[in-house]
Amino acid sequence: MKHIISVLVENKFGTLNRVATMFSARGFNLASISIGETEDPEISRMTIVTFADDQIISQVIKQLNRLIDTIKVTDLTKQPHVERELLLMTMKLTKTQQHEIFELINVFKGKVVDIKQKSITIEVIGSPDKINTTIDIFKPYGIKELARSGAVAIHRGE
Amino acid sequence: MHSSGQTLNGSEIFFECLRRENVEYIFGYPGGSLLKVYETLYDIKDIKHILVRHEQGATHMAEGYARATGKPGVVLVTSGPGATNTVTGIANAYMDSSPMVVFTGQVPSSLIGNDAFQEADIVGITRPITKHNFLVKDVKELALTIRKAFFLASNGRPGPVLIDMPKDILNASCTFHWPETVEIRGFKPTITCHINQVEKAAHKIAKAKRPLLYIGGGVISAEASEELRTFAIQQNIPVTMTLQGLGAFPGNHPLSMGMLGMHGTYWSNQAVNACDVLIAVGARFDDRVTGKIETFAPNAFIIHNDIDPTNVDKNIKVDLPIVGDAKDFLAKLLEETPETVENRDSWLADIQSWRELCPLTYNKEDGALRTEYVIDEVSKQTEGNAVVVTDVGQHQMWTSQYYTFRNPRSIITSGGLGTMGFGLPAAIGAAFGISDRPVILFSGDGGIMMNIQEIVTAVHYKTPIKIFLINNSFLGMVRQWQELFHKEKYSFTDLGESNPDFVKVAEAFRCKAILADTPESAKAAIKEALAYNEGPVFVDFRVMKKDMVFPMVPAGGSISDMLLARLNPKTMV
Repeated sequence: MKHIISVLVENKFGTLNRVATMFSARGFNLASISIGETEDPEISRMTIVTFADDQIISQVIKQLNRLIDTIKVTDLTKQPHVERELLLMTMKLTKTQQHEIFELINVFKGKVVDIKQKSITIEVIGSPDKINTTIDIFKPYGIKELARSGAVAIHRGE
Repeated sequence: MHSSGQTLNGSEIFFECLRRENVEYIFGYPGGSLLKVYETLYDIKDIKHILVRHEQGATHMAEGYARATGKPGVVLVTSGPGATNTVTGIANAYMDSSPMVVFTGQVPSSLIGNDAFQEADIVGITRPITKHNFLVKDVKELALTIRKAFFLASNGRPGPVLIDMPKDILNASCTFHWPETVEIRGFKPTITCHINQVEKAAHKIAKAKRPLLYIGGGVISAEASEELRTFAIQQNIPVTMTLQGLGAFPGNHPLSMGMLGMHGTYWSNQAVNACDVLIAVGARFDDRVTGKIETFAPNAFIIHNDIDPTNVDKNIKVDLPIVGDAKDFLAKLLEETPETVENRDSWLADIQSWRELCPLTYNKEDGALRTEYVIDEVSKQTEGNAVVVTDVGQHQMWTSQYYTFRNPRSIITSGGLGTMGFGLPAAIGAAFGISDRPVILFSGDGGIMMNIQEIVTAVHYKTPIKIFLINNSFLGMVRQWQELFHKEKYSFTDLGESNPDFVKVAEAFRCKAILADTPESAKAAIKEALAYNEGPVFVDFRVMKKDMVFPMVPAGGSISDMLLARLNPKTMV
C-alpha cells in the first residue's frame, strides 16, 4: 500500500543522505523523496512516498525516528492531507497536433511555460495519479523530456 | 585544566573536552592531519594515550574498554587511511551497541572534496554504521560537538559516534566554552517504561506456568543484573541468555540455563519451544537466536522490553511490547508482580530432564587436547570470575558453553558483526579498564593473525592479558559447516601448512610464550599464565584438528531441532 510520510529534519548537510542511506540499507522501497526548507530555516520538510505493508511501514517510521537529525515523523496516509506533484514536460510541436495539445493542456489545467517553433514546455500540478495520467495521455504526441518533482504533502488545516 | 572563557586552539579544546568527559584513555595513532593534536598531547599527563599498531586495533581496544567499564571508548586517528581503517571496528560497535567516540583527523577545510592527500569522506562512509556522526566546520562548534557525541554514544541504546576534525579547525583559536547541558531535539530516548504495559506483563507472568526469561546484552548495558537476579529468583523463573547477555545472571545458579540459539544449550532451546510466557529483556531476536522464525516460541505469549523501538516487531511479532530501559523495566516488574508465585516445579523438572538428556559434554578419555577442556579448565581455575574476551568462531561458541560466567561485563565478544581479529585488541582495551580481575583472551589461529600486530601494544604497556590461542590449524567453524553441509569440501580452510610457529612469533614480540599440546601441559600452562602478571602471556594450545561444536541448529532450522553429535548428524531430537 502507498504511504505518504512527512518528516521534519534538521536543515543540515547530509540529512537527505542519512535518510536515503537508511532506506537502501534496510531494503525499504523509496518511490519518491522531496525536501525543502520550512518556515523555520533550521528545519526542512521531507515528503517520502513509499509502498509497503503495515509491518514494514511501522519499521520505516521507527527507523526514521531513530535518526538523530529527525525531529518529527508523520504518516499522512490516513489523515486529511493535500498532496501535490509538479510535472515539467517538453513535447514536439507540429502544426497538425497543435490544436489537440492545447486542448489537452486545458483539460489538465496545465500551463505553457515556454514555446518554440518545434517544441512546447508545459507545467502540470496535481496528485501523483493525475501526473501519471497526464504523461500517459501526452505520450502519443512525442514527449522529448520530462521532470517530476516527487510528491510534497501537508496536513489539511483545521 | 583550562576554564571557560579562555582563548584556546582547537587541539587544546579537544583535550579540555575529553578531560571534562572524564576520559582516561585514548587509543590512537598519529598522522599528518593530527600533528597539532599530538603536539598538544606531548605535554598532557592526565589523559593516557595508548599507541596501537593499526587503527582497527584502536577501535577494538576502545570497544573492549567500553564493554568492560560501561564508559565510552575513545579513538583518535588521522585522515584518509587512518580513518578508513576504523570502519570495521565502528561497524562492530554499532552492531553490538557499544559506546564509542571516534575522532578522525581530516584534510584542511579548504581542500575537502579536492581529492587531497590522505583525504577520505569518512563522514559519508560511516553514516550507516554510526549512531550519528559530525564534521566540524568551525572551531567554535568543536566543544558542543564533542559534548553531543559523548551524550549520544552513551545515552539510550549505546553506539559509536564519529567526529571528523579538519586540520585547520584544530589550529584555529576561539573562546572556549563548555556547555554544561546538552539538548538534541531529535534524540529523546524512552527510558521509563509505560506502567500500564508493565502491569499487563506482571499479570501474564503471575499466571504463567512455564515462563522463561530471555536476556540480552541490553541488561548488561543498563546495569540491570541485580534487578534481574532479584526478579528471577523471587519469581522462580529460569533464565536463558544470548551471547552478549551471558553473565547478566550468574551461570552457576540453578535457574541459569546458559545460552540459547544456534549453539545454545539443548535445554534452553527446548524451553523456548515449550514456554507459555517468554520475557525478552534487552534482546533483539537475532537470527542466530531464533532459527526459523515461524517455529520460535510457538506456544508463548511474548513480552519484549527493549530501549530501541526499532527492535520491537522487527524480526518477530510480539504480543506485548514495552519500550524502555531494562533496569527500569525489571525494577517495575518486580514491584508489580505478586510475591506469591505459581507452582513451577513441573516446569523446572521438565528443564532438568532436558538437561540430563543432552548435557554439554566432551570426550575426556582419549588423551587428546580439546578446546572444551581448555575453556572448562580456565573456567575452573578462575572460578568464573575473569573477564573473557573471544574472537569469532568455534572457540567463541565453546566459550559460551564451557565458561561459567558469574558476573556481568565478563564476556566481551563480537556477536553481531562476527569480526575475526576483534579479540586481541579488545582484550588489551578491557585490561586498561579492569585491574581487579584477570582478562583472558580466547582466539583462534585464523583470527589471531588478523590483528596480531597488537601484541606489540600489550608488550609495550605490560598489559597482563592471557592470550590463549586455540590452535586447530583450521578455520574451524567454516570447516565444520563444510563437513556438515558442503560435501566435506574443505575449501581454503586448512591453515596447517601455512601457519607460523606461534610461540616463536610471540617471542619475537618479546612476549612470554608457552606451548601446550596435552591436557596435562594445558592445565599447567593455564596455571602458569594466570600467575604471570608482568605483561602479556601467550599460550599456543594445539588442540585436535577436527572437533565440532555441538549441539547445533542448522541455519534456518527450528531451534527445537538440534544436531546433537557428529556421529549421526541425521539424528534430530
